[in-house]
Amino acid sequence: MNLSYYLVLAAILFTIGAVGVLVRRNAIVVFMCIELMLNAVNLTLITFARSTGTVDGQIIALFVMVVAAAEVVVGLAIIMSIYRTRRSASVDDANLLKY
Amino acid sequence: MSASLYLVAMIAVPAIGAAAVAALPKERGLLAKQVALGVSLVVLLLAVLSTMAFDPDGDRFQLTTSVAWIPDFGADFALGVDGIALVMLLLIGVLVPLVVAASWHEADAGPRPARVFFAWLLLLEAMMVGVFAATDILLFYVFFEAMLVPMYFLIGSFGGPRRQYAAVKFFVYSLVGGLVMLASVIGLYVVSTSQLGEGTFAFDALRQLEIDPDVQKLLFLGFFVAFAIKAPLVPFHTWLPDSGAEAPIGGAVLLVGVLDKVGTFGFLRYCLPLFPDASRYFAPFVLVLAVVGILYAALLAMGQSDMKRLVSYTSISHFGFIALGIFAFTTEAATGAVLYMVNHGIATGLLFLVVGMLISRGGSRQIGDYGGVAAQAPKLAGAFLVAGLASLALPGTNSFVSEFLVLIGSFPTRPVFTVLATAGIILAALYVLLMYQRTMHGPPRGMLLADVHGGDPTPGTEPARSTEPAQGTHPARGGASAATATVTAPAPARGGVRFADLSRRELAVVAPLIALIIGLGVYPQPLLDLIEPAVVATVDDLGAPGGTDR
Amino acid sequence: MPAEGLLAASWLLIALPLAGAAVLLLGGRRTDRWGHLLGTATVVAAFLLAVACTVQLAGLDGRAADVELFTFIATGELDVTAGLLYDPLSAVFVLLITGVGSLIHVFSIGYMAHDPARRRFFAYLNLFVAAMLLLVLGNSFVALYVGWEGVGLASYLLIAFWYTRPAAATAAKKAFIMNRIGDVGLALAIFVMFAQLGTTSYAGVFGSVGTLAGGTITAIGLLLLLGACGKSGQFPLQAWLPDAMEGPTPVSALIHAATMVTAGVYLIARSAPIYDLTPTARAVILAVGAVTLLIGAIAGCAFDDIKKVLAYSTVSQIGYMFLAVGLGPAGYVAGLAHLLAHGFFKAGLFLGAGSVMHAMDDSVDMRRFGGLAKKLPITFVTFGLGYLALIGFPFLSGYFTKDAIIEAALDRGDVWGWVLGGVAVLGAGLTAFYMTRLMLMTFFGRPRWDDGVHPHEAPTVMTAPMIVLAVGSVAAGALLVSVFPLADWLAPVFGEPAEAAHVVAPALVGLVVTVVMVLGVLTAWLFVGRREVPVTAPVRVSPVTRAARNALYADTVNESLFMRPGQWLTRALVWFDNRGVDGAVNGLAAGLGGSSSRLGRAQTGFVRTYALGMLGGVVMVAGALLAVTAG
Repeated sequence: MNLSYYLVLAAILFTIGAVGVLVRRNAIVVFMCIELMLNAVNLTLITFARSTGTVDGQIIALFVMVVAAAEVVVGLAIIMSIYRTRRSASVDDANLLKY
Repeated sequence: MSASLYLVAMIAVPAIGAAAVAALPKERGLLAKQVALGVSLVVLLLAVLSTMAFDPDGDRFQLTTSVAWIPDFGADFALGVDGIALVMLLLIGVLVPLVVAASWHEADAGPRPARVFFAWLLLLEAMMVGVFAATDILLFYVFFEAMLVPMYFLIGSFGGPRRQYAAVKFFVYSLVGGLVMLASVIGLYVVSTSQLGEGTFAFDALRQLEIDPDVQKLLFLGFFVAFAIKAPLVPFHTWLPDSGAEAPIGGAVLLVGVLDKVGTFGFLRYCLPLFPDASRYFAPFVLVLAVVGILYAALLAMGQSDMKRLVSYTSISHFGFIALGIFAFTTEAATGAVLYMVNHGIATGLLFLVVGMLISRGGSRQIGDYGGVAAQAPKLAGAFLVAGLASLALPGTNSFVSEFLVLIGSFPTRPVFTVLATAGIILAALYVLLMYQRTMHGPPRGMLLADVHGGDPTPGTEPARSTEPAQGTHPARGGASAATATVTAPAPARGGVRFADLSRRELAVVAPLIALIIGLGVYPQPLLDLIEPAVVATVDDLGAPGGTDR
Repeated sequence: MPAEGLLAASWLLIALPLAGAAVLLLGGRRTDRWGHLLGTATVVAAFLLAVACTVQLAGLDGRAADVELFTFIATGELDVTAGLLYDPLSAVFVLLITGVGSLIHVFSIGYMAHDPARRRFFAYLNLFVAAMLLLVLGNSFVALYVGWEGVGLASYLLIAFWYTRPAAATAAKKAFIMNRIGDVGLALAIFVMFAQLGTTSYAGVFGSVGTLAGGTITAIGLLLLLGACGKSGQFPLQAWLPDAMEGPTPVSALIHAATMVTAGVYLIARSAPIYDLTPTARAVILAVGAVTLLIGAIAGCAFDDIKKVLAYSTVSQIGYMFLAVGLGPAGYVAGLAHLLAHGFFKAGLFLGAGSVMHAMDDSVDMRRFGGLAKKLPITFVTFGLGYLALIGFPFLSGYFTKDAIIEAALDRGDVWGWVLGGVAVLGAGLTAFYMTRLMLMTFFGRPRWDDGVHPHEAPTVMTAPMIVLAVGSVAAGALLVSVFPLADWLAPVFGEPAEAAHVVAPALVGLVVTVVMVLGVLTAWLFVGRREVPVTAPVRVSPVTRAARNALYADTVNESLFMRPGQWLTRALVWFDNRGVDGAVNGLAAGLGGSSSRLGRAQTGFVRTYALGMLGGVVMVAGALLAVTAG
C-alpha cells in the first residue's frame, strides 16, 4: 500500500489543525486543534518509520504522546483558571502578556 | 602560608568577609563595620607580605597559582603579579581600610542597612584584586565584568539624588565596553587555536603569538574601547562625572582610585604586549585623545560648581597624562604612568575623602554653599590643601614624581604632545586653587553664615573668629542648595556645632594618605624599583624604537 | 669634589627650617607659645651654619663642594640624584637668604605679636626658607625646580595668610598661577635638556651643552627665561608681584623683595654656560630687563599705596638685574652685586614700611601719612638710609652696583649699549622721583592721618633688624666692590674678571647718573614737596598718569586676552560636554529605547497573532528549504 496516502492524510489533518488554531476563538477548540496537529505529526513519524524500517519514528511518536498528555494537563488547567477569572474562554479576550 | 597563596587569599578573604558581613543580623551594624575593617586590614597585610615575597629582579610573573578552570576552553584560574599589578594591589590594600573607616557613618541613615554597604565594598575589593592578579585573559574578563556588580549597587543603593541614573549609566557604559572586549578575547582564542594547535587564554602564551597586523588592529580596538571607557578617555568619559558625583564617597574613591585604573592597566598589560603593531599604528590617535582629554577635562573642571563632579573631571584630566605616558613607548614615561596610577589613587582618593568630609558637614555638594571654612576647620582645610597640591602635582608630593616622569619620558619621542600636556599643569593649578579659594578662603559664605548667625547673612563682619555654636538649634539642611544636591546621609550633627574640625576617626583616615603623599614625593625610588622591570619587559614586548636605544 | 666636614652637613641648612615648619604645622596649638622662637632659632642656626660652611668653602681648591644625598628618581635613562652643590654662587645666596631671613624672622616676632595665627606664619616662613635654600643649593635643574615650586607654594600660603580677605586670597592665587606659567617654561627646558643631553644635573648639562645645535641652546635659554620671568615678576608676567603685597609686610620684605623674586636672576646666572652660547636668548633677556625696568619705574610713580610703590620698585630693580645678567660675562657679577645690595635695602625699606603700617593701624595710603619723621625717628633714619641706597646716592650701595650695570651696558660699545645704558640712566632718574615722592608723602609735610590714629615707634625687636639692614644698605656696595670683591669670590663660577675697556670713563658715568638722580629728586620735590598733598587722589589727571596708575594696563591686557576668553571657553565647553558629548550618548540611549518600545507594539498579546506569525515563519523556512533543494 502506498505510504503517501498516510502522508496526505497527515498533511490534511495538520492543515485543519493549523487553520483551527488561527481562526477559532474558543480556547478549548484551539487546544484541540493543537492536539490534532500533534497527532498529524505522529502519523507522519510512524509512516516514515514504517517506510525506513526503523523504530526511531515510533519512539519519538510515543515521546510526543507523553509530552502531549503533560501539555494537556497544564494547558487545560490554565484555560480553566482563565475561564474562572474572566468568565470567558475566548483567546481574543486575554491579551495581558504583551510588551 | 606559602607565598603563592597570597593572591588567592587576597581574593578569598574579602569575598568570604563580604558573605559574613552580609549574613550578620541587622542590629549588629557596628560588628559588621568592625569585621569589614578587620578584613580589609588583613588584605593590606597580605599585600605587604606579597610585596616582601616579590623579587623585582626575578621572573616577570611571581606568586603564581594556576588551577584548571574550564579545561575544554583551555581557561585556567591563573593568578600572578608583575611589578605593575603588585603596586596596584598595594594601592587597593591601602585604600580599602581607609574607605571603610571614612564611610563609618555613611550608610547609617540610609534606607538600606549599613552592613550591605560594607558587604558590597568587600566584594568589590575581592573583584578588584582579581582583575589585577589574573594572568588568564578569560579570568581577567570575568573579574572585569563582575567588578561592575558591587559598584552598581554601591552607586545605585547608597548614592546621591540621581543615583539610579548614574548607576545605570555606569553599568551600561562598562558593559558595552566589556562586550566589545569579549569579542576580542574570543578572537585571541581563535588566533591561538590556529597558531598553537589548541586554544588558550594564558597571557604568557598569547604574548608569543605572531598576529597579522590587520587582525591586530581589530582585536586592539576591542580591548581599547573597553579600556578607554574604563579609564576614561575623552570622548568616552561622560559617565564618570555622573558616577563620581552620585556615588557615596567611599565608592567614589574606589571608583576613580582603583576601578578606573583597570583601563590604563589594561592598556599596558594587554594592548601593548599583545598587539604591538596595532599599538604603534594607533598611538598617535590615542595620544590625541590623551592630550585633548588633559586640556578639555581640566577646562571642564574649572567650570563645575559641584565639588564631586569637579574632582571627577580632574581625574579625567589625570587619566590623559597616564595614557600619554603609556603610549609614548619609553621606559621613563611608562614607569611614570604606572606610578601615576598609584599616586593618583592616593592623591585623588584623599581629595575625594576630604571633599566628602566637607559635604558631610555642609550637606551640599555646591562650591557656592561654602566659604571661609579654613577659619573654622583648619585641619580640614590643611588636608584639603595637601590633597589639592598633590592633585596639581606640586614637587614634594607624590604626583609630581609621576607627572614629571610621564612628561620627561614622553618628550623625546612625542615633543608636540608633551608641550601641550605640560600646559595642562597651569590649568591644574587653576582648578585646584579656584575650588580651594572659594570653599576655604574668603569670608564665611553660604551654610557657614546661616549657621553661625542663625540665617542672618551679614557679610563684612568677622564671623571667622566667632566660634560659639548655635546651641540647641538643630541646623536645617541648608536652604536653597539642599534642593540642588543633598547627600543622602545627613551630616552627623554633634552638639550643634556645624563645622567641627576633623574628628579623630577622620584624622586617622587622612593622616596615612598625607604621609604617603609626602613620603612617596620625597623618596619614590622603592616603588620605581618594583615597577621598572615589568615596564621594561612591556616596552621590550612592544619592540618600540626609542625605548632603550636612544 | 665631594664635600667633607661641615660642607657635608650642608643639607642641614634645608633640614633645619623644614623641621621647624613641620613641628609648627603638626604641633598645632601646643606650639603657640614658643613656635615663633623655634621658627626664628632654626633660621638663625641655618645662618650660622651657612657662615661656617662658606668659610670652609673659601679655603677649598676650586671652591665647590658636591653633597650627594640619595637617589630621587632613577628609571630608564633618567637618573636624578638629590644632591647639593655648595659653590660661591650658591654660598652668596645662602648667606643672603638665611641672613636677611633671620632678621625678618626677628622682626616678625614683633610685627605679628598680636596675630592669633602667628605660629602658622612662622611655619610658612620656615617652609619658604627651606624651599628657597633648596632652590639655590640643588645640584640639578630638577632640584632647582622642586625648590622653585616650593617657594611658589610658600609664597601662595603667605600672600593668602589673611585668607578671610578676598583680595588676599585672589592675589595669592594669581601669584601662583602666573608663577606656574613660568614653571611650564622651566619644566620644558628640563625636558629638552634630558631629551638632548640625557641628564639634568648642572655638571652634566653644562659639560655637554656645547655639543648642541645653536637653535636648541636658544630654545633652552628662552624657556629658562620664561621661568625666570614668572618667578621674578618680569615682563610679561609682572602683574602678580604688586598684588602679592596683600601678604603681611615681612613676607613682602623677605619673599617679594629680597629673595624669592630674585630667583630668576639666580637661574640665569646659574645657567651662564648655556647663555654664553646663545646671544639671541641674551638679547631677549636684555629686552625683558629694559622693558620691565621702565614699566616698574613708571608705575611706581603713580601709586599711593606705600607697599605697591615698593613692589613696583622691586619689579624695576629686578629689571636692572636682568639687564645686567643679559649682558653676559660682563654683567653677571654686576647683576649679582645689585641683587645683594637690593636684598639689603629693599628688605630694609619694606620693614620700614611695615613699621609705618604698624604705627598707622595697618593703613598703606600715603595720602593719609605725612610728617611721620618726628613720630618714628628710628624708622625714619633707617628708611632714609635705604632710600638713599636705592636711588644711588654717591658711595652708598646702590651707587656702586647700579653704576656697574650701566657701565657694563655701555661697554658693549654698540648702539644697543647706548640704548640700554640710556634706559638704565632714565630708570635711575625715575627711581629717584618715585622714592622721593614716597619719602615726602610719608615722612615730611603736614600730618594727614585721622584723629584716632596715634603713631608710635615700633618695639626694639622690630627696630633692631631695621637698623642692621640699614647698615647693610649703606655698606654693602662698598664692601662688595672693594673690600671683599664679589668678582673675585665668584671667579670659580664666572671666570676671572676681565679688565673691561671702558667706552665711557666710570667717573663720568657716576657723575651723569648722580646728576640724573638729583634731577629726579628735585622734580619730585617740585611736584609733591612744595605743595599740600590732597587726601584723596585727584581724579582729573593726564592719560599718562592714568596709565601709570593702572600699571600700564597689564591687568587689563591679561584679563581681556586670557581670563575672559578662558572663562567663556570654559562655559562653552561645559555646555558642549553636557549637551554635545553626553547628549549624543543619551540621545543614542533614548533612540534605542524609543525604537524598542515601537517594536514592542508588535507584541499584541493575542495568541492568534503569534500563531499567525509562527505560521508565516514556518512557511518562509519551508519555502526557503524547498527553494534550496529544488535549486
